[in-house]
Amino acid sequence: MAALEGGDHVFIIGCAKCATVCKSGGEEEVFRMQEALAAAGKDVTGTIVIDETCHMLRTGRDLRSRREQVEEADFLLVLSCGAGIQSVAEATEKKVVAGTDSKFLGNIRRFGQFEQRCSLCGDCRLNDTGGVCPVTVCAKGLLNGPCGGMEDGACEVDQNSRCAWVTIYERLERQQRAERLDEITPARDFAHKRHPNSLVLEK
Amino acid sequence: MSSNLARKLAASEFVITAEVAPPKGSDTSGLLKTASFLATYVDAINVTDNQGANMRMTPLVAAGLLVREGIEPIMQLTCRDRNRLALQSDLLGAAALGIHNILALSGDDIGCGDHRQGRSVFDLDSVLLLQTINAMNRGLDMNGAPLSGATSFFAGAAAAPEVEPFAVTRPKLSKKGAAGARFFQTQAVFNPERLAFFCENVQPLDVKVIAGILVLKSARMAEFINRAIPGLKVPETVVERLKSAVDPAAEGVRIAAETAVKCRTMCAGVHIMAMGCDEVVPQVVAVLK
Repeated sequence: MAALEGGDHVFIIGCAKCATVCKSGGEEEVFRMQEALAAAGKDVTGTIVIDETCHMLRTGRDLRSRREQVEEADFLLVLSCGAGIQSVAEATEKKVVAGTDSKFLGNIRRFGQFEQRCSLCGDCRLNDTGGVCPVTVCAKGLLNGPCGGMEDGACEVDQNSRCAWVTIYERLERQQRAERLDEITPARDFAHKRHPNSLVLEK
Repeated sequence: MSSNLARKLAASEFVITAEVAPPKGSDTSGLLKTASFLATYVDAINVTDNQGANMRMTPLVAAGLLVREGIEPIMQLTCRDRNRLALQSDLLGAAALGIHNILALSGDDIGCGDHRQGRSVFDLDSVLLLQTINAMNRGLDMNGAPLSGATSFFAGAAAAPEVEPFAVTRPKLSKKGAAGARFFQTQAVFNPERLAFFCENVQPLDVKVIAGILVLKSARMAEFINRAIPGLKVPETVVERLKSAVDPAAEGVRIAAETAVKCRTMCAGVHIMAMGCDEVVPQVVAVLK
């Protein structure tokens, strides 16, 4: 609410893709936010759930289709990941308010249950680790085996989590290629991880 | 090689090490007092590196001060707080200060310390740090660029003889050996039979084993360790023994001394972890002499 101080008119934007699946910015959450803002005495000038807020052109086009409601608003409150929020910021000079803290790129275990498995690091090691990412699943991102804190197969950092290196070892052992773990894995090459990154596919 | 520790281990002399924590503050008088006291009983003293992820003086300076006092340090160096540039520059600094022994560690999780909001680094891990030290000893940085003056470190690593499942940790121990670890300082040993198994298991690596001996003061301390310190596990039988003892502190020393004596025949040395009660170190050392 502090981010909405100094203005009473708010336009709410949700996202029909990930934020809908994660129940952080779908139709339902946008509606609940509308109710909450109304209860707090704010005027909601309009709402929209964009199909992929990260799609910059589409976000720009969809916001233009609601130009009046957008113009009337002091703030655009966005319930999507940080990528979507920035698409909105790029499409308008209006003040943009992030309504979510984006946590991670998650795999879906089952409905409403997400697990971080990939860090998008640009230097994939999965071929050597039985398809389990130590950079992401090991709490310390260690490349050459478990740390000294592993205990009965549990992670030092979170006793309820399994040590990634136990999972890796067991998988490779079952596949009869545990000898892969005898090779020293070289240090990560962060030159691959340009920041901020961009990619243009060749035509 | 100017490391006394290396010389003794090479000569198959039984070594005893202990540890000091750098101060949380700029006053080094306590550090120097403790180190001087311990130095009369042990061969080298580990200088911990923000242990338990609690912020303290850099071990580079603390170990350097020990060298100045004529005390041989084993500087612990973790990958948690430094990227590859900082690790290497600290190592060059250590070499310049006359620090010869390095214990290369990954480092405890930042979440168990006093700066939980901080970001941990882990640019390298302990294996890669050992490899880097090895390169520096050959006069090269980790990218193969020449150094003006090679280092001559005697590098060691951590090992956990009683951890389960041990098999998962085993490949990393081989890698530590291959990367240049010349000694293992182990986590606390409570079951000498497990240490015997461990020593036999790692024997092909040609890495000297220094067994960790934890001196406990009370059952409460043991329970605290089990709860709060990663990688340290005091078995229930030991906790019970401390609980039923009339004088738990004396019992703790007795347990440590018994374990140290049993380990003596299996390994190259012991590392006494007195958890701040340094006055008990001479009592444990006495039974080994």
